[in-house]
Amino acid sequence: MSSVITVENLGKKYLLKHQTGQQPYVALRDVLSDGVKTLGSRLFGRSTLVSRSEEQEEFWALRDVSFEVKQGDRIGIIGRNGAGKSTLLKILSRITEPTTGSVRIKGRVASLLEVGTGFHPELTGRENIYLNGAILGMGRAEIKKKFDEIVDFAEIEKFLDTPVKRYSSGMYVRLAFAVAAHLEPEILVVDEVLAVGDAQFQKKCLGRMEEVSNEGRTVLFVSHSLESIKFLCTTGILLGEGKNICVGKIKEVVKKYETDILTNLALQSNKDGVIYNNYNVNTDGFELIEVAICDTNNVNLLQIKTFDSFKFKIIFNSPHKYESRSATLSIMDLSGTILLRLAMSPYSLFTMKCHKGLNEIYCVVDKIPLPAGTYLINFGISDEGGWIYDKDVCLFEVKMNDIFNCGYPPVEKHAVAVVKYYWEQNS
Amino acid sequence: MGDMEQQVEIVIKPGMGALHYWRDLWRYRELFFFLAWRDILVRYKQTAIGIAWSVLRPLLTMIVFTVVFGKLAKLPSNGVPYPIMVFTAMLPWQFFANSLTESSNSLIDNANLLTKVYFPRLIVPAGSVIVGLVDFFISLVILFSIMAWYRFVPDVRMLLLPLFLSLAFMASFGAGLWLSALNVKYRDFRYVVPFLVQFGLYISPVGFSSTIVPEKWRMFYFLNPMVGVIDGFRWAILGDAFPVNWPGFSLSCLLVLVVFVGGLLYFRRMERSFADVV
Repeated sequence: MSSVITVENLGKKYLLKHQTGQQPYVALRDVLSDGVKTLGSRLFGRSTLVSRSEEQEEFWALRDVSFEVKQGDRIGIIGRNGAGKSTLLKILSRITEPTTGSVRIKGRVASLLEVGTGFHPELTGRENIYLNGAILGMGRAEIKKKFDEIVDFAEIEKFLDTPVKRYSSGMYVRLAFAVAAHLEPEILVVDEVLAVGDAQFQKKCLGRMEEVSNEGRTVLFVSHSLESIKFLCTTGILLGEGKNICVGKIKEVVKKYETDILTNLALQSNKDGVIYNNYNVNTDGFELIEVAICDTNNVNLLQIKTFDSFKFKIIFNSPHKYESRSATLSIMDLSGTILLRLAMSPYSLFTMKCHKGLNEIYCVVDKIPLPAGTYLINFGISDEGGWIYDKDVCLFEVKMNDIFNCGYPPVEKHAVAVVKYYWEQNS
Repeated sequence: MGDMEQQVEIVIKPGMGALHYWRDLWRYRELFFFLAWRDILVRYKQTAIGIAWSVLRPLLTMIVFTVVFGKLAKLPSNGVPYPIMVFTAMLPWQFFANSLTESSNSLIDNANLLTKVYFPRLIVPAGSVIVGLVDFFISLVILFSIMAWYRFVPDVRMLLLPLFLSLAFMASFGAGLWLSALNVKYRDFRYVVPFLVQFGLYISPVGFSSTIVPEKWRMFYFLNPMVGVIDGFRWAILGDAFPVNWPGFSLSCLLVLVVFVGGLLYFRRMERSFADVV
């Protein structure tokens, strides 16, 4: 079969500006005042001020990425945060231009980088179907033809003429995905959109995507969920720091990704109960400095067993003083599925005050219900608007504990969680 | 899927955005209509008084101008009822001011589209100008009612109105292209736009006739392209009472063309970085 997408030496460079608060756009005010400053210093022969443009730093989000996609392939693109997955999709869907290299695409591309792009809250469901369809590249005749199917799929017949601002978030997502699911491009590019909706609807979506590719269409899929990728895709591309590390059968690529995480993070594992440290970092921003496990008296622990009660001690740097921020510690399995989410907000009513500089916080865990195994810890800080810091931190080991006193301590292979239980029988 | 589309091969390379641009623009025409349709729909849904607002605004401005310039300052109106003279200028001016304001913010307002979907970005500011056109036609109906009230009958020159309307369209679209692109790059440009619009209202002959400008400054006055557009409108609707200064009018046309072509080129040059910056 012929290849429908050919990517050669693709690269994308961004310029990071340090001075202007990391915003890519500039204020005219600054440009003018800079101009006056340089003019002034030239006139008076003073030493020139460092102009803002010199404080730019190059950053290659993608570098020398090459691969080929055959018709009907289902490609899963995996990699850690910042590996360049989203940039790759943005180039493939022509939203942004590459800096080097080339891409050749045969056929119509539809990209779904978000569900409900362009939905307008004031417009009704019916109006939004047309609008969103057009935005995703469908013609009016095509939308008209599929209209009933879309409404059926979304299960919103009754609310067709209600403005979507009155929809529940579930209805909103269903409608948005329904429109997207009825696109019929030769190539479908999908980013993380399945991370929404309830489990049943997610299954419906995955099923629909499988149907699409069985019709001979090509699907490129980015997701954090290795489970959905393994379910849906045949071929995998692993990206790391902007380069493609390997391309191959999906199972092998996922395995490679998992072992990469293991080897990268295992180096960080430390003795004395400190499971992560980053003491040498020199930063003004949010940055994690240390994560340790300790007992209720704040004495570091060397190991944790199933059902142990303990504390996570977290030290991080904050750039400023903040009145209320929320921190979240997530414990995931190695495929990235979150098992425990220890969040300040909204689960616990705790809000954190950040001091400028170092902050020390503790997360007290009562009887951790995880079987023996290796887990991944992610730490994040958020404000009202979303994540302002998010990092896969380190591995975290739970040792075996024979909690049932039967000689068989629960391990990760058998179940993801452990509870105390007993059986009964009517005699 | 037609066979035609199977054959299409897209090549993405640095700096290649321009290659299929005009073909793409044609292909995305439906999206253009949908975006314009959305803006119109939202505009008349959101404001409770909706259409009433687009009727009231020009009417009230006309009344104020008639009182201030016609009654208090006693400026000439060449024998035409003052309200009609003001309103003929309000038509192109409001169209220009509305579409300029809307289109200069259009890219920022649609930032989520720009970062998620590909389409020729030219569609966005163009759609905003179309919305301005709807208000224009509402105002045109008002003008006809005022003319009927004063029993003022226009002559056949009225048929040339579309020509002057397209000139106004080019002026607003051209300036809109400049401002929308600048707005993405320099985010505080949006504070400049309302000032420009307000300022423009007084330096353009909206509340008065351009004939009150002294002869020796007349050519200079036509450097404001809207002077040409407004004079054209007055000539077409009001007739011989407002003769067009053809050399000045040509100068205005030329400037409109410069703004329009310059706007297109600048927009095209900035366009490829919109998604990274917005």
